[in-house]
Amino acid sequence: MPKLPKLPAPPLPGPLQTPPPRPGEGNGKVGPLDHAANGGIAVVDWVDERTSLSGAARWMMFRKVPKGTNWFYTLGSATMFAFLNQAVTGVFLAMYYRPDVSGGAYESVRYITNDVFLGQFVRGMHKWGSTVMVVLVFLHMGRTFFFGAYKYPRELNWVIGVVLLILTMVMSFTGYLLPFDQRAYWATVVGVNINGTGPLVGPYLSDFLRGGAEFGSTTLSRFYAIHMLLVPGLIAGLIGAHLYLVAKLGTTAPPWSKAEKDVELRKSEA
Amino acid sequence: MAPLPSKYDKQASKYTLDRRIPGAFEGETVTRRRFMTGTAHGAGIVAAASFALPALGFAIGPIFKSTPHRWETAGPTDMFPDNNYVPVVITLVPGIGEVGKGTVYLRRKNPAIDTDPYDRDMPYIAITSRCAHLGCPVRWVDAAERFICPCHGGVYDLLGRRVGGPPVRPLDRFYTRVVDGYVQIGSRFSVNSELRRFSPRDPGETLDGIGQYLYPSRPSIRR
Repeated sequence: MPKLPKLPAPPLPGPLQTPPPRPGEGNGKVGPLDHAANGGIAVVDWVDERTSLSGAARWMMFRKVPKGTNWFYTLGSATMFAFLNQAVTGVFLAMYYRPDVSGGAYESVRYITNDVFLGQFVRGMHKWGSTVMVVLVFLHMGRTFFFGAYKYPRELNWVIGVVLLILTMVMSFTGYLLPFDQRAYWATVVGVNINGTGPLVGPYLSDFLRGGAEFGSTTLSRFYAIHMLLVPGLIAGLIGAHLYLVAKLGTTAPPWSKAEKDVELRKSEA
Repeated sequence: MAPLPSKYDKQASKYTLDRRIPGAFEGETVTRRRFMTGTAHGAGIVAAASFALPALGFAIGPIFKSTPHRWETAGPTDMFPDNNYVPVVITLVPGIGEVGKGTVYLRRKNPAIDTDPYDRDMPYIAITSRCAHLGCPVRWVDAAERFICPCHGGVYDLLGRRVGGPPVRPLDRFYTRVVDGYVQIGSRFSVNSELRRFSPRDPGETLDGIGQYLYPSRPSIRR
């Protein structure tokens, strides 16, 4: 039987082909690590070719920052990570929580704390994380105020920040009711009544919050919906707008840094 | 030859034909592009409103819903003296279990004490345990003959009138009646510092002076 000529191998897809060594790189051998690296690069390239996301990422990540940028400038990111912590732990707490006024809510929180694996830890992260977030929001606000970073052209970012502060307070207020123990119940009664002392609109706001004239069966589910659906969405969207403006306008130099004189100017003055 | 009229000319005619818009026809004033833009925007607004308005009404609906009138039996008439209060636990909000219960302080009406002209028709005086400051539960302290609030130090006298602390009006009261030898407790109402009756306000809302206009009666509490 005559020997048949061998068919040519089908071409391998690009990422699986052995890339030629780059000039001046190694001894020409390609190891498994290089394959892995090239595979990763190929995936990123595939996505980037179809979305052009790398430009946006570069625009966001590789910004010029003024000389003198220091640790105080990390308070905003710290606040955002506190929010992410709240979002992630909150999602998982919602898997066990039941907004049921006739005992179910308290029982489900007791179950999370005492019986669920790592339940006490995740609930603790959420509970203490809320305090951490409020503290960080105020520190971030103080940094912005004392560094004068709210001035032109960043006024709108200050306004967005104030709305975020108010929404954080709404989160703290609505979240406080959810354990539905005596402290949560009476603190919310007092809080809703403080809302009600606003003239003319206050009583209507109280009715809206309670879902009626009295603290009733829908009050808890109302607070739960506001706490986990309405306000987190608003906060996430406004954080996006806040970050966009930070990247767009740039950060300020600290107030104690002095403008550097032009080198040419200094020469001419000497 | 006169120059052609520009479509950007301020003095341009309202007729598309005069403005030399391609495809224009006799008597047309709104371009098809403008008509389509308006239609698309209008359809978008209608579509958004068709889910946003019902959802909004759904959320704020309870503001306009009134609370039904109910009577709760407190106990036999001989249980309540006319010079001291007896605490009674009744259901204030039905359907939510223990949370809906509250304490009401009850005594028989005493003409020597209850000299105000407003409560003449009620056989028993029922006073809420909800503080008129911010809604904490007050308790009747027999030795001091005072209602005392644990939260912020509100103090009230035997008639529920404020004698100290931050509350802005006397303690609220309830309508009472006697049916077959049993005292029944009805709806809550608020009083100003002269014990004149008003529809039941929330704690913290004063009813003296312009207070009754700043904190008006509203659909959810009107009967």
